[in-house]
Amino acid sequence: MATLSDPPSEGFRLSQLLYDTRYRSMTIQVIAFMLIMAGLIWLANNTVQNLAALGKDFDFGFLTTRAGYDINQRLIEYSNDSTHGRAALVGILNTLLVAFVGCILATIFGLFAGVLRLSNNWIVSRLMGVYVEMFRNIPTLVWILIVFAIMTEAMPAPRDFRGEDAEAMMSLFGTVAITNRGVYIPSPVVGDGALILGLVFLASIIGIVFFRRFAKARQEATGEQLPVLWVSLGLLIVPSLVFYLILGRPITLQYPELTGFNFTGGVHLRNSFIALTLALALYTGAFIAENVRGGILAISKGQTEAAFSLGLQPGRTMQLVILPQALRVIIPPLISQYLNLTKNSSLALAVGYMDVRSTLGGITINQTGRELEGMLLLGLFYLITSLIISAAMNVYNNSVKLKER
Amino acid sequence: MADINASRAFVRKEMLPEKTPPVAEAGALKWLRENLFSSVLNTILTILSVFVIYWILSHVTGWVVFGIWDAGSLSECRELRDARYGEGVSVACWSVLTDRWDQLMFGFYPSELYWRPILALLVFFVAIAPVLFDSLPRKMLLFSLAAPFICYWLLWGGMIWGPLAVAAGFALPVLVSRFGAGLLGPLGTTVAAVILPVLYWLFAAGPIAGALGSVLPIGITFIESNDFGGFMLAFIIGITGILLSLPLGVLLALGRQSDLFIINKFCVFFIEVIRGVPLIVWLFTASILLNYFLPPGTNFDLMLRVIIMVTLFASAYIAEVVRGGLAALPRGQYEGADSLGLDYAQSMRLIILPQALKISIPGIVNTFIGLFKDTTLVVFIGLLDPIGLSNAIRATTDWNGIYWELFIFIGLCFFVCCYSMSKYSQYLERKLRRDHR
Repeated sequence: MATLSDPPSEGFRLSQLLYDTRYRSMTIQVIAFMLIMAGLIWLANNTVQNLAALGKDFDFGFLTTRAGYDINQRLIEYSNDSTHGRAALVGILNTLLVAFVGCILATIFGLFAGVLRLSNNWIVSRLMGVYVEMFRNIPTLVWILIVFAIMTEAMPAPRDFRGEDAEAMMSLFGTVAITNRGVYIPSPVVGDGALILGLVFLASIIGIVFFRRFAKARQEATGEQLPVLWVSLGLLIVPSLVFYLILGRPITLQYPELTGFNFTGGVHLRNSFIALTLALALYTGAFIAENVRGGILAISKGQTEAAFSLGLQPGRTMQLVILPQALRVIIPPLISQYLNLTKNSSLALAVGYMDVRSTLGGITINQTGRELEGMLLLGLFYLITSLIISAAMNVYNNSVKLKER
Repeated sequence: MADINASRAFVRKEMLPEKTPPVAEAGALKWLRENLFSSVLNTILTILSVFVIYWILSHVTGWVVFGIWDAGSLSECRELRDARYGEGVSVACWSVLTDRWDQLMFGFYPSELYWRPILALLVFFVAIAPVLFDSLPRKMLLFSLAAPFICYWLLWGGMIWGPLAVAAGFALPVLVSRFGAGLLGPLGTTVAAVILPVLYWLFAAGPIAGALGSVLPIGITFIESNDFGGFMLAFIIGITGILLSLPLGVLLALGRQSDLFIINKFCVFFIEVIRGVPLIVWLFTASILLNYFLPPGTNFDLMLRVIIMVTLFASAYIAEVVRGGLAALPRGQYEGADSLGLDYAQSMRLIILPQALKISIPGIVNTFIGLFKDTTLVVFIGLLDPIGLSNAIRATTDWNGIYWELFIFIGLCFFVCCYSMSKYSQYLERKLRRDHR
């Protein structure tokens, strides 16, 4: 007759909370929760007391009051009679403009530098190595200031363009003037019939998409390859050009001209904008170059050899075998570099570019004294932008991820 | 025998001397052909690069080499230039560096006390050496533990009792676990080891240091944070941020990987919010907003606030890097640690973290480099880092209008520091590689 020893029937002891794995995680979470709550309450309480002591309230009404300051660089209508909210919007658009142009330029720089750094040309690969290391190891702020100094100190003044034997010449066949007050480029002037031209252009893009689908289906069905690139290029250019001539040149360019002490006509790109965008693009481009190089190196040589042994030509090998795999490695860090560039655009402060930090987070805060609300909105803007970009990244990552079973 | 030999037409008895390879297939010519002119595209690229290099060097070399080192102001510099090289020749005026060297390095730190930051830097090097190179004796690590307090005392000065009293707090958990175990029981010891030091630092350390200071006034001149500047400031913020952000980042990464719901969500929230907003916004938060969140009347050092912000910022980035390392470890490592009967802390300390951190070294060092470069942003909230000082120098009448020399110098200093950091990380990667692949 076997006697089963009862499990020790001791009651619940306090030390079990910490030493018994059944309860420990609960204990830790409860303690953590209480600490976090206590911290939050402490912060909120302090804030309420401080606001009361300063006689302020927490109110976003200032966004609808008159701003009273000018913004020299703007994409939408704005005057100093507009509201603070409108000023913030101008700033947001300026930030997004720098981020957008900067990302495009950075991708171009990075792609070239990354590919050329792998080139078997000794001098080119070294040169690209110097570029990458120089920009990766020196702060962005220093680069922004250097580019700004080059633009303002080393470029000719508008009056140097005057006269028969002028000291400075307009670049690109006399269409672009690079001065120490900024760069003047031709601006498009829209005339009658521009709408039709735009519709034609849109139609040709749709045509290209359909043609590519057709070519792909055709290749999968019969194996015959159509000259996709040439047909696409032709479709893109020819109809628009024909209509452009038929409609009597509806879109013309207005060139900048020197009148008085300054250039007029054309689009004036301010030094602050150029310095910020160019410096950020060069800086981020160096990082992208490393990503591109890493991505290409990550694809083993066997892939190329296997593609060759299947009889694919080098171009098709790159397009069908190497690039899809390399992009899977390159794209995620690329997106986070875009994110970095967007956040670094807040360095606009250094060159006086009116981005969202300078309007909403700078002048508006100084004028209204609403630090808490202003900084909160500013932080939220950056946070939402980041979250949107990283959400897009996750969608992309999931779509190209290796499907493992 | 002779007949046989005679019947054969020809037998070579000795080796022919080696011929020299064709001219195009040997030496410099071959190298040139393969590396510079292998195709039309490569030839074009080579010519283009040579042209670019020539263009840059032709503009810069003379300017750098013939630079003037012995002038007291920019106008004097220009006079010297006109006298030496003729009117209008463009040469650098490096004398701004010799003239303002002390300021660029130390800011407005009193000049008779420069030995203190220099000594602190030496202490830092000695303390960091055993951490970086494990061929040095392990006993040196004890000095490394004391180094933060020594450096703090050397830099800011004041009574020696302040840093000593704070350092003493770290001895409390050791004392409690050694002598209090019998008295308090295991649970009580653990709780006491956590709570006692916190209480000590909050309430006892200040009065104790004050009392000791009034009895035995041993100390050196106290220097205000406002006087700190130049590369000293960048180094202090950078190094402190690096040292503090690594442990914090690892903790955040573990929190983000943890199964505990509240801790996990808190860490995710913290990391995403910090990473989503640029550092410059955080720095402005530290400088103008922090007063709202602290009890009324508190006012603490701007430099300390900046260090805290920079640390929190970098730790969020490090957390993401380390999380990548943790996720890259095969599942079997976690299961292996569990099956050995190790608890969470042991398995992390002995199995998981050493491997995860090894994988994340390049990312961690990149974050450190980014942090060090980001110390330049403090100029926007009024601290005198090298860029802030370059603005201040340019604002004086002596050096009004000098740009390139200062930018080049600052850039060069940052380059040297960051480049050596990335070289060290490559060395570490090579040393730790076990080649499982």
